[in-house]
Amino acid sequence: MGMKKMNIKRMLTITKKEFIHLKRDKASLAIAIMMPIMMLILFGFAVTSDVKNVKLVVFDGDKTKESRALIEKFANSNYFKVSDIVNNYDKVEEYIDRGDAKVGLVIPDGFARDVRRKEMPKVQILVDGSDPAIARTAAAYSMIIANNYSMTINGIKSNQPFKLGFIDARARVLYNPMLESAKFNVPGIIGLILQNITVILTAFAMVREKERGTIEQLIMTPVTSLELIIGKLIPYVLIGFLDFLFVLALGYLIFDVAVRGSLLLLIFFGLVFLISALAMGMLISTIAKTQLQAMQAAFAILLPSILLSGFIFPRESMPKIIYYIGNLFPITYFLEILRGIILKGIGIDLLYKNMLSLFALTFIIVLITMHKFKKTLD
Amino acid sequence: MEYAISIKNLTKKFGHFTAVDNLSFDIPKGKIFGFLGPNGSGKSTTIRMICGVITPTSGSGKVLGYDLVKESDKIKQNIGYMSQKFSLYEDLTVEENLDFYGSIYQIPRKELEERKKELIEMAGLKGKENSLAGTLSGGWKQRLALGCALIHRPKLLVLDEPTAGVDPVSRREFWHLVSRLVKEGITALVTTHYMDEASICDIIGFIYNSKLITIDTPENLYKTHGTENLEDIFIKYVKELSNKDVVSSFKEIKASRNGDEKDEH
Repeated sequence: MGMKKMNIKRMLTITKKEFIHLKRDKASLAIAIMMPIMMLILFGFAVTSDVKNVKLVVFDGDKTKESRALIEKFANSNYFKVSDIVNNYDKVEEYIDRGDAKVGLVIPDGFARDVRRKEMPKVQILVDGSDPAIARTAAAYSMIIANNYSMTINGIKSNQPFKLGFIDARARVLYNPMLESAKFNVPGIIGLILQNITVILTAFAMVREKERGTIEQLIMTPVTSLELIIGKLIPYVLIGFLDFLFVLALGYLIFDVAVRGSLLLLIFFGLVFLISALAMGMLISTIAKTQLQAMQAAFAILLPSILLSGFIFPRESMPKIIYYIGNLFPITYFLEILRGIILKGIGIDLLYKNMLSLFALTFIIVLITMHKFKKTLD
Repeated sequence: MEYAISIKNLTKKFGHFTAVDNLSFDIPKGKIFGFLGPNGSGKSTTIRMICGVITPTSGSGKVLGYDLVKESDKIKQNIGYMSQKFSLYEDLTVEENLDFYGSIYQIPRKELEERKKELIEMAGLKGKENSLAGTLSGGWKQRLALGCALIHRPKLLVLDEPTAGVDPVSRREFWHLVSRLVKEGITALVTTHYMDEASICDIIGFIYNSKLITIDTPENLYKTHGTENLEDIFIKYVKELSNKDVVSSFKEIKASRNGDEKDEH
């Protein structure tokens, strides 16, 4: 099979056949249509570090108007849900031990007195640290609520609220002021969906011809390898691209994640990334002999790419070696680009480093794939 | 004489391994050439070179008058290939399979429709046009695969163990079809392990350990070896060349089994 010539009609014949396969292959169709929706909803809703309705147990040792007002603040905050008010300190610990509450609020006797005397009122907050993500956020939220409370009280009672020794160190959160996980996750999911669907479907489509022996028939025909490859890839480029737009639209409709930057730029990078994903899929197909092997190989690439790309875990806190392995996945850079364009609305001027890395990696992967593909044909 | 296949000193090496060693033969047009040899002897590699799929390490050849290396695209356009796997797309219908190969060979629409009718008739697949290829039984699959290989009216038909795993009735029907095609002027290159199939070939070539051992008409082979049993000739060659006792004949095996049974009684 020569690499040189390209006949569009023959290529489209391959494309047409591929569409018939897709139409009759329920599994591939499900991957193409259902996977984006499922992943978006799963990751958008479930993978969240947002703190909402965390169960709170309260011991009010003061039982005054002021203490009840503080409890009220917690209850009304949306972050916490008061599950019970107990009458001694040990009960609070017991609740947390049993897992009936994640956070305990202990208001000691003399709380109201301290408030009135403008002395620093003390409350204790117990946090279940077994889930560090929730613990950290919950602890931070309770501090904020408590501080706000004392500031309002003292603000009403005195005109010098800062005398109490508060440090007004409010962090200003950029781009995602509500710190919603979905805002952060959705752009990542778009990249992940584009990668997973394209890699899996491409690898399958190529290996299928090998597994069923039809490739042996094809190489005896005038079809060139270029016609075969491009012809076979066209359906998956279309699917990958449509899924990309589809998830972008769903992200906006469900999670209110709008593209702040240039949509055109986003689509351009989407296409570049698509090429690298197609090449990865083809690379797998040159190694795998059966669809089962292709599936295993796909997971061997996709799983680390999810973990190491910064999709869920921040790359900055990874050990150096792991961090560098993450550099080998195109999605690592694509995620930065996605988040950059969608959340921050920035352009090439700030994204050029990621862009160059993505280009270089795509180029290398395409090169390796072409080399391997030529070898397997011989 | 015009040859359908004419190869000279054809050699193919994969690294240090010589898969095909200095093969030369000429096959006239309109003949059936039976290419015999044990598995792994170099048959498939030779076929792939003849079909213009892989380039020989050295040597030259012409297929249908086209150069093996320089005109492989013209060779591919004029040969039909069918293997034991009947490489059909099982999730495509009978008609879709024919359509696919028809457009791969770029047959004009109108001509393709006519050709499809002929081939469906020939393969006895009438009424099954819309059945998925995967639902057909072995014999039908085989004839559909042959139909796909013939869609572009090739002048050379390459059949790589076309009847492996097919029932005896379908096997005969298949050969009946092939001999009809050859009568119409097609040349056929066939590999097979069935010696009854080999016996109806016009020319038999025997390849062993990458080398062509003999190439002759069956009649001449019978004369030379004093037997009309091709299988015995085949085994004799392997015995001689490998310097080991292959296996005794089936008659001997049967006799020895009967002997065993008698011993037991």
